[in-house]
Amino acid sequence: MSKIGLIIKREYSTRVMKKSFILLTFLTPILFAAMFALIIYLGGIKDDKVKKIVVVDKTQLYKNVLKDNESYIFQFTDASVDELKKQKQKDDGEYTALLYISNDLRVDSTAATIYSDEQVNLELKTYVSGLLNNYIEEQKLASYNIPNLKTMVESSKTDIDLKTIKWGEDGEEKEASAELAMIIGMITAFIIYMFILIYGAQVMSGVVQEKSNRIVEVMISSVKPFELMMGKIIGIAMVGLTQFLLWVVLTVAIMVGVSSTFGNDVDMSSVQKVQEMGQVGAQTMPAEIQGFITALNGVDYVQLIVMFVIYFIGGYLLYASLFAAVGSAVDNETDTNQFSTPLMIPIMFAIYAGIFTAENPDGPLAFWCSMIPFTSPIVMMVRLPFDVPAWEIALSIGILVLSFIGSTWVAGKIYRTGILMYGKKVTWKELWKWLKY
Amino acid sequence: MPLLEVENVVKQFDGHRALDGVSLEVSENSVYGLLGPNGAGKTTLIRIINCITAPDSGEVRLNGKRMTPEDVYHIGYLPEERGLYKKMKVGEQALYLAQLKGMSKKDALRSLKYWFEKFEMQGWWDKKVEELSKGMAQKVQFITTILHDPKLLIFDEPFSGFDPVNAEQLKGEILELRDKGATIIFSTHNMGTVEDLCENISLVNKSKIVLQGNVAEIRASHTTNTYLVKTNKTLDVNGFELIEEHHKNGIFEYSIKKAEADTNNSLLQRLMQQTEIISFQEILPSMNDIFIETVTPHS
Repeated sequence: MSKIGLIIKREYSTRVMKKSFILLTFLTPILFAAMFALIIYLGGIKDDKVKKIVVVDKTQLYKNVLKDNESYIFQFTDASVDELKKQKQKDDGEYTALLYISNDLRVDSTAATIYSDEQVNLELKTYVSGLLNNYIEEQKLASYNIPNLKTMVESSKTDIDLKTIKWGEDGEEKEASAELAMIIGMITAFIIYMFILIYGAQVMSGVVQEKSNRIVEVMISSVKPFELMMGKIIGIAMVGLTQFLLWVVLTVAIMVGVSSTFGNDVDMSSVQKVQEMGQVGAQTMPAEIQGFITALNGVDYVQLIVMFVIYFIGGYLLYASLFAAVGSAVDNETDTNQFSTPLMIPIMFAIYAGIFTAENPDGPLAFWCSMIPFTSPIVMMVRLPFDVPAWEIALSIGILVLSFIGSTWVAGKIYRTGILMYGKKVTWKELWKWLKY
Repeated sequence: MPLLEVENVVKQFDGHRALDGVSLEVSENSVYGLLGPNGAGKTTLIRIINCITAPDSGEVRLNGKRMTPEDVYHIGYLPEERGLYKKMKVGEQALYLAQLKGMSKKDALRSLKYWFEKFEMQGWWDKKVEELSKGMAQKVQFITTILHDPKLLIFDEPFSGFDPVNAEQLKGEILELRDKGATIIFSTHNMGTVEDLCENISLVNKSKIVLQGNVAEIRASHTTNTYLVKTNKTLDVNGFELIEEHHKNGIFEYSIKKAEADTNNSLLQRLMQQTEIISFQEILPSMNDIFIETVTPHS
């Protein structure tokens, strides 16, 4: 085996065999699945305790509007708000919240207030405002004195479910969804962001450790410093790819497992339940979800994964080589901050740029940030599901490749000198000089 | 032909010259000492010989040919700043380093078995490096340096971190390696070992070689004309300078300094006329004294 092969093998196997790696790799998808299941499960549970809402209605207009339902009963009273407040403070549990209506809501839409000694939940708020809104709407419509106006308005209400169909190059039609594209883009971008940060930092601490263990000179008496650096970078990249691959496989396995156990129906109904929560006039969410799932099948996963791997490797190599250079320049891990901060800033910036890109994937910010190599691995992943022209992808990858070749060259120069320097506080000026040695 | 020749090597670092026209020759099958105070440039010279740093000018030749990076395979180098991966097992680590030196796994294992037995450390194979004491780790390090049977061995401060017993064992190993045909260069601050081990030395001070040659010749040329004489009667101080005298159990010990013009024999003859001589010995300066005298600035 070649020397660089030996180094890669050591870097890879020592990391993959670590308990922390095994735990993180296998637990993460399971934890995600469990979290998702928990949300759906909790959403399905209804709070069956009936809550009493005391209403102080100065206008006496809304007695018939506020109807009780299975969660809330309304009790009208003439007592003043202050009295009720005192009573609430004295003995808790008599009522949950107090609704105070001070004026005709047609005149003053801010005249209704809910008081409570705890945070008023969204469900109650939307329920009450829904009832009042509907009533006021009807009142206003009635005041126009136009016969059948109500039915006319009803029939004019529309909720267009705009389908988006994507034409494939072979003319095949696929249902696409902008929301889905955004979600997929953000998730893949975020994974790249995380991988660059985590594995870049691992490269850096690996280099610092080799230096502080004083093994580095022993090593470079048999291998070239560049081989040592690249071996470490490549070995750790393979650890990252292994983790990603295992995540994909495990997620697919869990999804297949879950849907075959519970069946799609059960899944759908609980999703519906989540959506219904707090929505009195429940909108037609299920249709959207249905579309979502068809769109999910329309995503080009192969392209997505291939691009992910390309941008992960490209972005990782660019940053990891610079992290390696930083690691070589310092004596111990506490000193790394000074030099690693300038590397963190573009990564952080990239994730923010990615968020804005998701809203406007063809804007100038999106375009330029997907060309600049320091941000392109993250920003381009966000843009990809929105169908980026092929020349832009090619150009962006081309720039990225050239940049990481450049950055590994620069890093190699700094590394070569840095690993042999001990007990010296390194400055930026010094790093610049090392480039020229 | 010398095995290793360093010719007129210059290395300039930013704002200071680490090596200034350094030349030396190491003949095959010998032990060569590289001496000098801290910061004199020894480690830089050693790194240049190991092709870790390139000289600005001058060249290093191995067997008469300019050194190439491939020649490094035939060098065993124990750096001054040395360590091991703490989390790795001793055996794995030694095997890894041996393979990086180009050994096949089979050869490496066989050779490791021999050395582990020789140093009585078979039980360490599965221990993690962090469980070893410093001296133990140094032994592992030493073995990994010589494992691939290099023609040329370079040790930078090999004795640091060894207790006297282990240091003695290491000395024995160095001489044994030489007897088996290896050539050894080492740098040290321990002048006693230089006298015991080295045939030739170079003393580097402030980037330049200030003293070079055979250890015995260097000591003879630095003679201070001092002698230790033991007699059974008092000596009459006449014709030489008395430095010190002791009287113990009926024996008189004198440290004396002869005049430049005298030879050993003429001095001895004069002493013999006075009294019975029990012993007569020239006191050559130790390498330690020569070292200090050479590098201390004379004001």
